[in-house]
Amino acid sequence: MTILQLDHIHFAYNGSPVIRDISFSIDKGDLLGLIGPNGSGKTTLLKLIDGILQPAQGAIRILGAPVQKMKRMDLAKIIAVVPQVSPLVFPFTVQEVVLMGRAPHLGAWRFEGEKDYEIVKRAMEKTDTLPLAGRNMSRLSGGEAHRVLIARALAQEPQILLLDEPTAFLDIRHQVDFLNLIHALNEEQGLTVIVVTHDINLASLYCKRIALLKEGQIQAIGRPEEVVTEEQIRDVYHTPLIVDRHPVTGRPRVTPRREEPSDNGNR
Amino acid sequence: MFRTSLRSFLKSPSPAAAPAKVLVDSPLITPRRIIHTTLFLIILLSLVCLITISTGAGKISFSPLLKLLSTVGSDSKSSLDSTEATILFSIRLPRVLFAGIVGAALSSSGVVFQALLRNPLADPYILGISGGAALGAVIGIIIGVTLVPLGTTGLAFGGALMTIILIFTVSRTKSDPSNNTLLLTGVIINAFFSALIMFLVSISSSDRLHSVLFWLMGDLSLVEGKEILLTGITMLAGCLVMFMQARSLNLLILGEETAMQLGVDTRKTKAMLLVTASLVTAVAVSASGTIGFVGLIIPHMLRLMLGSDHRLLLPASVLFGASFLIITDTIARTVMAPLELPVGVVTALCGAPYFIYLLHRRTISS
Repeated sequence: MTILQLDHIHFAYNGSPVIRDISFSIDKGDLLGLIGPNGSGKTTLLKLIDGILQPAQGAIRILGAPVQKMKRMDLAKIIAVVPQVSPLVFPFTVQEVVLMGRAPHLGAWRFEGEKDYEIVKRAMEKTDTLPLAGRNMSRLSGGEAHRVLIARALAQEPQILLLDEPTAFLDIRHQVDFLNLIHALNEEQGLTVIVVTHDINLASLYCKRIALLKEGQIQAIGRPEEVVTEEQIRDVYHTPLIVDRHPVTGRPRVTPRREEPSDNGNR
Repeated sequence: MFRTSLRSFLKSPSPAAAPAKVLVDSPLITPRRIIHTTLFLIILLSLVCLITISTGAGKISFSPLLKLLSTVGSDSKSSLDSTEATILFSIRLPRVLFAGIVGAALSSSGVVFQALLRNPLADPYILGISGGAALGAVIGIIIGVTLVPLGTTGLAFGGALMTIILIFTVSRTKSDPSNNTLLLTGVIINAFFSALIMFLVSISSSDRLHSVLFWLMGDLSLVEGKEILLTGITMLAGCLVMFMQARSLNLLILGEETAMQLGVDTRKTKAMLLVTASLVTAVAVSASGTIGFVGLIIPHMLRLMLGSDHRLLLPASVLFGASFLIITDTIARTVMAPLELPVGVVTALCGAPYFIYLLHRRTISS
């Protein structure tokens, strides 16, 4: 079943095109990685999907309904976003932040009830943030704060989860923990996930499909082994590298090729 | 002492309401907790009112005061003589009432400005809104305009509104209005308006200077019933709108995009709250003069005690802001009696050092 569909999307910031004629669709239960160089339009694409930016042309449909015409409240019940961690201006505790994930289900007036506390507690258990519940957000490490934001997104009980550079500030253990969690949510609950990342290897290891962006266009989209090829990655990133196989999973693996000065004596 | 006892009072542990599902050493926001806090602050406000009404040049002792207040409206003979009754009902009571209304208006709109601008240092005075109103009022006092409805008040209102539009036009051209650009804009606007005010003062006749000076420093003594009513109604209506958006305010202070992602129609909500807070400020300032720092101190103190959730912070700010200005106004009119100080002098003397302290702490932490 198609859950998200992009139809000939165009977008420009102050006249310079950022997204150029992108079309693709995502089935329920997909785990899609968006990769591409800096400035290729990954984050912009995420914001378009979430309706924060409006496409200049084209239409984005979620479960058949155009995003631009949906109420924010209804959209927030379907899509949750894990943003990059940014400092809070005002003090909030961890549990207050996670409880805010219930806002789209509660509207402007209703107070959180037992059911909401239950959902929030489960979200915090999954992300290992329950021990932090009473702590002030501003006293957390980057990795902890990030897990809290994931808990908040899970508390929204979304059908689609959007992640923007989720592993950027995590050490390798938390990267793997995080991606295992995302993978489990995707496998067990059928949560559709779109993740923007710079880490091609982690994307290749965990994603069902990968979309490779170049200058606002989709260069390739498909299974990791179809997209992460030496030729295509080199073509998009303009850097010499090697693509081989992960020794256990057989998924494609990218390693930069350091050019020895002696190899090309013309320096 | 006060802080810990208040905190334990507000925690109100009760097995029935204990949503101990999410654990906690910090209390959750529940209707019960909001009601408890509000009740506590209402009792505090009532006590403040009783004490301040009986305080002043003509001392009115406590027990007859209570008796009198309890017989208001009935025909039974009061135990106070007519002079005392006059002082009470036509001087002190309106003044205390008005101080409460202005205090509530300034601190509630302070909370909203801080949330909308995502800056804990934003307040009507620092943003220059009070300065704009002052300019309007000084023009009114010196030139003696009678053409504008409500005279001086109308002009002050126009000045406040003009400043708000100016601030937000400036802040919108900046990509990130949450930083200190906005505060700097306020400082500049204030400086410019004071220059204009000084110009007007220096070319005006001396008999009007005293009333200009009092207006500039904030003055709650020259108020009429009509103005009290207008300010009170605006404040109550404005607070109602703010309360209804309390959850949206919580989400807005996480950042505009996050608020959208959590279901807030940010453009509509921000516009509505901005207009509301501006109106409440403008009406209060135009009736009372420039009373600084109330909108800064009260929200900040309460945030330290109660947290940042606006469902609790807003009602608490309204009630505590009212108590605060009533107390400072009483100090202003009694501390050098029979001389009266403008209340703005008292709030600025408390507020400016507090502001510096906040700024200092913020610089250190960042």
